[in-house]
Amino acid sequence: MRAPGGFSVRLDVRALAVVVLLLVAALAAGIALIGTGDARIPAADVLRTLAGDGTAYQDFIVNELRLPRVLVGLLVGASLGLGGALFQTISRNPLGSPDVLGLSQGSTAGALIVIVLMGGSAGQVTAGALIGGLATGVAIYLLAWKQGVHGYRLVLVGIGVAAVVTAVNGYLLTKADLVDAARAVVWMTGSLDGRDWDQVWPLLVLCAVLVPVVLVNARGLRLMEMGDDIAGALGVRVQRVRLLLMVCAVLLTAAATAAAGPVGFVALTAPQLARRLTRSPGPNLLPSLCMGAALLVAADWASQRAFGADQLPVGVVTGVLGGCYLLWLLVTERKAGRI
Amino acid sequence: MRALGLLLSVAVLALVALASIAIGAKPLPLDQVWHGLFHDTGTYGDVVVDERLSRTALGLLAGAALGLAGAVLQALTRNPLADPGLLGINAGASAAVVTAITYFGVTSLTGYVWFAFLGAAAVGALVWFLGGSRGATPVRLALAGTAISAALYGYLQAVMITDDAALGRMRFWTVGSLASATGSTLTQVLPFLAVGTLLALGLARPLNAVEMGDDTARALGANLHRTRALAMLAAVLLCGAATAACGPIMFVGLMVPHVVRSFTGPDLRWILPYATVLSPVLLLGADVVGRIVARPAELQVGIVTAVIGGPVFIFLVRRRRTAQL
Repeated sequence: MRAPGGFSVRLDVRALAVVVLLLVAALAAGIALIGTGDARIPAADVLRTLAGDGTAYQDFIVNELRLPRVLVGLLVGASLGLGGALFQTISRNPLGSPDVLGLSQGSTAGALIVIVLMGGSAGQVTAGALIGGLATGVAIYLLAWKQGVHGYRLVLVGIGVAAVVTAVNGYLLTKADLVDAARAVVWMTGSLDGRDWDQVWPLLVLCAVLVPVVLVNARGLRLMEMGDDIAGALGVRVQRVRLLLMVCAVLLTAAATAAAGPVGFVALTAPQLARRLTRSPGPNLLPSLCMGAALLVAADWASQRAFGADQLPVGVVTGVLGGCYLLWLLVTERKAGRI
Repeated sequence: MRALGLLLSVAVLALVALASIAIGAKPLPLDQVWHGLFHDTGTYGDVVVDERLSRTALGLLAGAALGLAGAVLQALTRNPLADPGLLGINAGASAAVVTAITYFGVTSLTGYVWFAFLGAAAVGALVWFLGGSRGATPVRLALAGTAISAALYGYLQAVMITDDAALGRMRFWTVGSLASATGSTLTQVLPFLAVGTLLALGLARPLNAVEMGDDTARALGANLHRTRALAMLAAVLLCGAATAACGPIMFVGLMVPHVVRSFTGPDLRWILPYATVLSPVLLLGADVVGRIVARPAELQVGIVTAVIGGPVFIFLVRRRRTAQL
């Protein structure tokens, strides 16, 4: 599209359609999730209750118990999807997700220290995970810094840090008594059980601030995919943009992990799946964000329907479902001759 | 120069192996170690030395296997992040072991071995076929491995959450340890390791061509499909056997080839032998350290390799312009 005065915007129709579609899917899954549980509520009633016209009973179940859980799910999924897309683009590796770079492990270490060594409450576990994730992010950046941070070194340093922290986590798990270990394993799987409004607000504020910041800088990120030199020549302040976006990605991932535990596979697959749907190069930030949200909430819904309310945490399902979906994708894409 | 370095590495390996026999939670004077090695009469010291011998032997074999497999996988997938974990081999072994514990009631470590190996081999084969078998590309292999790993880890965690007994055993198995080494474990895995090692070392030259990209490799006359299939087979044999015997020891297979590459350059004919010799140095060294620092208990080798290896690895990544693949 070209406006008068030479100002032009490129509008990718397919990407836009994908974003809208994923958004609808995420919201639909969210409504289905609200209706699912020990007390089932039809979708129409859910919508009516959300609009404020439900019975007192429905109002309590929908607005007090299940809506916050769904919102946490949407926000965590969106943060993980976006964070994953940022990390994969910055590290220039489809495997450079927060799970590989050690951020999830850092959050886990923080949570494990609180659970195993201090026997802390759920709130303290959240704080521990947040501190663990942020500290790991800072450590990785500083260790990878050498007249700037480059993708290759970032990934390798991240893997080194991840390995050390994973070992510490394994050690903590062998030192715990069995009750603490069981609690730790549930946390490490990633779960949305019992999330309430206290977890929604901080996440919402964080996303409201960070998502626009990221999207504004998306152009620089896209140019950086051509290499630092070219991006620099085109007027992108490479190191500054990279630092800013990494800070955003670390904050998003750490907050999401603190809220729901290290839900596996979302940050890794959401950008890959989004890219395959939009079929456009570049970071695909917004599609990844929507894909993450849809993926996580749909997985939680599937887990509630298939195994009964609160039987298996969502992390189990994102792993199994996401894995199977990626496999299916691999097979079909291969038949279509695209990869 | 590089041959001299290889000799030096072998000498270092011999020293570390000796240290692994001589040092342990129970301090033994050197003359008793000598006695145990060459005049075994079944005294207390001799028994200790015997146990340490099989432990050291397992460390040597597993270390060499992991390092070699890591180097082969990195060349095969042309991805510097490739390690046994990436192709789903750890996940396959772990899922098989947790199944054995929960559904078949297997509780002994010698019982796990076959399950772990079967799991690793099955997943290796699955990754190969899903990755496109004859038409496999590096990206496809890596994606297939990641996808299967994720699915299997979901299963693993579901079982551990619902079955406390499985959690109780798995949390010790997953850190990776050499302490379970017995003569029978060694003989169980030895044939697989031997075949895998020979296969991997023989693939150095064709893999060199594969690393240059598909087109160049084809132009150089390399048989891409056969090389990829054989390399995958070698990696599954090596990692599967090592993981079966000691649990998923991460990082050795990832780190050592990177370190080696920084002084041999990208030629696999040197990288593979170096990785074979230097990986057990890391593994055995870590095991010795693990026995010393937490006396009279010990730290599992998988924990020590990561805690020692991690910083060294980061230092190397920072210091050198790491040779890219």
